Amino acid sequence: MNKNLDLFLTFMKIGAFTFGGGYAMIPLIQKEVCENKKWLNEKDITDIVAISESTPGPIAINAATFVGYKTSGFLGACMATIGVVLPSFLIISLISMILTQFQSIKVVHYAFMGIRAAVLALILKALWMMFKSVKKKKKPFSYAIMGLSLVLTAFLKIDAVFVIIGCGLFGLLWSILNRKEQSNGAD
Amino acid sequence: MALIELFLVFLKIGAFTFGGGYAMLPLIQSEVERHGWLTQAEVVDFVAVSESTPGPLAVNMATFVGIRTGGVLGAIIATLGIVLPSFIIILIIAKCFEKYKKSKAVGGIMSGLKPAVVGMIGAAFISVAKTVFFPAGLSVSVFSSASFWVFLELFAVTTVLAFKKVHPIKIILLSAVIGLGAGYGLGL
Repeated sequence: MNKNLDLFLTFMKIGAFTFGGGYAMIPLIQKEVCENKKWLNEKDITDIVAISESTPGPIAINAATFVGYKTSGFLGACMATIGVVLPSFLIISLISMILTQFQSIKVVHYAFMGIRAAVLALILKALWMMFKSVKKKKKPFSYAIMGLSLVLTAFLKIDAVFVIIGCGLFGLLWSILNRKEQSNGAD
Repeated sequence: MALIELFLVFLKIGAFTFGGGYAMLPLIQSEVERHGWLTQAEVVDFVAVSESTPGPLAVNMATFVGIRTGGVLGAIIATLGIVLPSFIIILIIAKCFEKYKKSKAVGGIMSGLKPAVVGMIGAAFISVAKTVFFPAGLSVSVFSSASFWVFLELFAVTTVLAFKKVHPIKIILLSAVIGLGAGYGLGL
């Protein structure tokens, strides 16, 4: 089969069966891309996770673009990215029509009242998981940034874009200053 | 004009979302509310829809807002906007990945970004909590209403389930059933 078409179909399958998004799709990518198609090896998958963590955008898009490019260049990247997006695009388009029509019905209204409490619980879980992944190193620095970004975003209503840029720059400055101190200490 | 605005807003969301999913909620909430595309409650409802359907929250949200504001063309444009930044950045990085991975500058920036993302998920939690428990704004009368206590209990139960690694779709289904029971039982 044509490699670009194969990329498209494989990532469409991955896109259609990844619920909850994010890291849930990594095992699926690994199985399809490494074991079944042998396009990439296990080390590449670790790289994809590392890249996705340090670049903006959903991990699904990052992974599809990366695998597509490595396998078949620019056209491959396009095909894999379109493939991974298409299932959600079609499903959400369909749902949006249904949701708009049914939202005013009492049954749906009550169901969503309950569901909102569950969404809050899911966010709390995500918050705890992310907190655990950060707190290991550089504790005072990390806690300060966490508190700062929480207060700025939640209470002072500062645009999240500025918070992201500010904290990124702050992290960069901090690491440069620390490196200088360390090299001075070694002298 | 509306389509260009749609494209630019989702381009911005796509370019500044780190850590995926819930970390982008504060940005999405402020943008869609400012443009009058969705209410806070609709954003929370849509998070549940997105958890129960395949695909990343960001892409789902873009498609949903796009189709509501500009039909199928709007959906395509908003989705394109959210995908484009990651697509371009990954293409650039894929060419010089080894250099990028070892870069101390990237490491430094990430040491600031990761905790910032935690703080932003915390902000999302606070804002969704307000929507769930105080839909009509903060007031003392809320504490005497039955629905407040039902939702507090439901939140406690679903939190325990979430931490016990029960699948999100099961949790959402269960809470929908309890929401129905409470709604009809208490005559809310």
